[in-house]
Amino acid sequence: MIHSKNITKKYKSTEVLNIKELTIPKGQSFGLVGNNGAGKTTFFNILLDLIRPTTGEITNHEIIVNQSEAWKSFTGSFIDETFLIGYLTPEEYFDFIGDLRGMNKADVNSFLAQFEEMFNGEILGKKKYLRDLSKGNQKKAGIVAALLGNPQVVILDEPFANLDPTTQIRLKKTLKDLTENKEVTVLVSSHDLSHVTEVCERIVVLDKGNVVKDIETSEETLKELESHFAV
Amino acid sequence: MISQFLKLEWKQYFRSSYWQKGLALKIIMGFFALYMMVTFLALGIGSFFIIRKTMPDSDPLQVVNSFLLFAVIGDLIFRYLMQKLPVMNIKPMLILPIRKSKLIHYVLGKSSFSAFNIFGLFFYIPFAVVLIGQDYGTSGVLGWLFSMLLLIQCANFLNFIINKNNIAFWLLASVLIGTIALQYFNLYDVTALSQSIFDGIVANPIYTVIPLGLLAILYPINYRILKSQLYLDEAVKVKVKEANTSELAWANKFGDMAPFIKNEIRLIWRNKRTKTVFLMSFLFVMYGLIFFTNPMYEEKMPSFLIFASLFVTGGFVLNYGQFIPAWESSYYKMLMSQNISYRKYLESKWFLMTIMTTILFVLATPYIYFGMDTYLMIAAGALFNIGFNTLVLLYAGSFNRKQIDLNASGFGNTQGTSAKQFIIIIPVMGFPVLIFYVFSLLFNFNGGLIAIAAVGLIGLLTKNYFMNLIAKKYVKDKYAAIHAFNQKA
Repeated sequence: MIHSKNITKKYKSTEVLNIKELTIPKGQSFGLVGNNGAGKTTFFNILLDLIRPTTGEITNHEIIVNQSEAWKSFTGSFIDETFLIGYLTPEEYFDFIGDLRGMNKADVNSFLAQFEEMFNGEILGKKKYLRDLSKGNQKKAGIVAALLGNPQVVILDEPFANLDPTTQIRLKKTLKDLTENKEVTVLVSSHDLSHVTEVCERIVVLDKGNVVKDIETSEETLKELESHFAV
Repeated sequence: MISQFLKLEWKQYFRSSYWQKGLALKIIMGFFALYMMVTFLALGIGSFFIIRKTMPDSDPLQVVNSFLLFAVIGDLIFRYLMQKLPVMNIKPMLILPIRKSKLIHYVLGKSSFSAFNIFGLFFYIPFAVVLIGQDYGTSGVLGWLFSMLLLIQCANFLNFIINKNNIAFWLLASVLIGTIALQYFNLYDVTALSQSIFDGIVANPIYTVIPLGLLAILYPINYRILKSQLYLDEAVKVKVKEANTSELAWANKFGDMAPFIKNEIRLIWRNKRTKTVFLMSFLFVMYGLIFFTNPMYEEKMPSFLIFASLFVTGGFVLNYGQFIPAWESSYYKMLMSQNISYRKYLESKWFLMTIMTTILFVLATPYIYFGMDTYLMIAAGALFNIGFNTLVLLYAGSFNRKQIDLNASGFGNTQGTSAKQFIIIIPVMGFPVLIFYVFSLLFNFNGGLIAIAAVGLIGLLTKNYFMNLIAKKYVKDKYAAIHAFNQKA
């Protein structure tokens, strides 16, 4: 369970985020939507203790994220390509992260086997460094790395951007499978309304740092969101 | 965990773009590095004997000690200007299950081995070895050496604390200037103070605990500061420079060329490497001083002076021109997909090189001091640069096939360099020297100069004809260039 209380973030006098209270129960697939500058990435960054909130605190499975680092062992995330280690090959990168999450080489390899189709022969065994992969392939590597080691919480910022259609569909299935037995909590942000309504059972709309909608996904959700964002 | 970090370091180093070069360049760079190391080692070993020879009355160790205080302050200022904590490296680790404390120790520990700290060792260690060989007390010398190593580390960690503070910089600078002034005007003997401090360590090696204690204070302070700032919007932040926009409206009077000229100026001014090239070309003006102050050249090899004269006004043409159009390699595709006139595009570059050469020529006016012959040589060189070299370099540019990353740093960056850059020396430098040599033999000194100037003038008069040819060549090579510029260097 993730619980966020009175979170605000201010840069000088500009307030970029202000969320009174937000609780994401264990096993939920949670979607965050909003235009540029709505505060999606800021919220994820605070949740990952990558930036400090001006006020308030977030707990991840009862751990206050900016006081203890124990949440890191069960939280997998991918924010953007700058979080990849560019001078490693994808294999080395997976091994490195697998090692940190207590997996040996064989574990990592058997885990990667299920993504063989998604990698489409363009990531593993190509003798290329991550920095030399295309944006889409970098993203694939980053997302798969975030899923290494059975994390209890998965946080993905804009996972569908830059991905090819086949991978988008596969990723949606992977994310749905993850939350199927209500063990893994998945947090996703996206600009693509149809993807997010398809994957997430709950969608929160941010606008200029404030929560303006909090919807249980249903048949009408996509329409509702589209009319919200239509100007 | 430490072994993991070390592995990463190893990979980062050997996979950096620094090593992704041709073998020939690697060998040249290797020799250069070796040369530097040998020089430093020789200095460390030799300085003892050099000092003993030049100042037979004093003890070399005491002489060195008397200047160490200046060295320490100077080192701090140098670090303040140049050394930054490599915090960005750990950004990818922030979301991985690694404790922050480990990351911080890693960053700080890594900084201990930075080049800034290694350089000094090349002096201190051989110097200390020589001292021991010369029967200075082993314990005293070792204590002195350890104190120096610790002081280097103290400077390393002190720098990170004061680095963001402008006041600290001015304080340091004024302390340095102040001590030098005290020394210079004989108000207070700083060297004596410095000497007594460091002689004290040699006499009582136990004083080594003082820098050790200092280090034991500085390191935890660094740790605490970094710990509180290890956030994406604080220490681990990509610094975004505020864009300074300017209309460059004055360039509008160049008509069709105006957009290109404006773009060219922004290209030069807003990127590190191009800016370095631009600023260096002003330094080249002074290059002639090396040659014109030495009568040896005037008597024995006047052809060599032609070489120097070309450099005086040619800094920009040569250094900027040889990488046309590779400077624009990252967006060459875009340029080629626009409705632009190739001729105008190249013309703007020609124009820029001509203007810069003219400015450099005006700045070179003081060379009149060395006599009219010298000045005429520079004038002939300038004419040659404008008339001939601009065209040759533009033509040669169509052979440029190496991408240049404008975001990379300026100094010692050899990106975009290929064999072509060495071959081009023949027409732009060798050819004029040859003309001068032949014509000054056939006629006299002035005959040689007139020949060079004539070549430049002919180039200038036939410029339109040749520019059309060059533009055709660029159009013909367009696809090859686009393909090549797409390949990452």
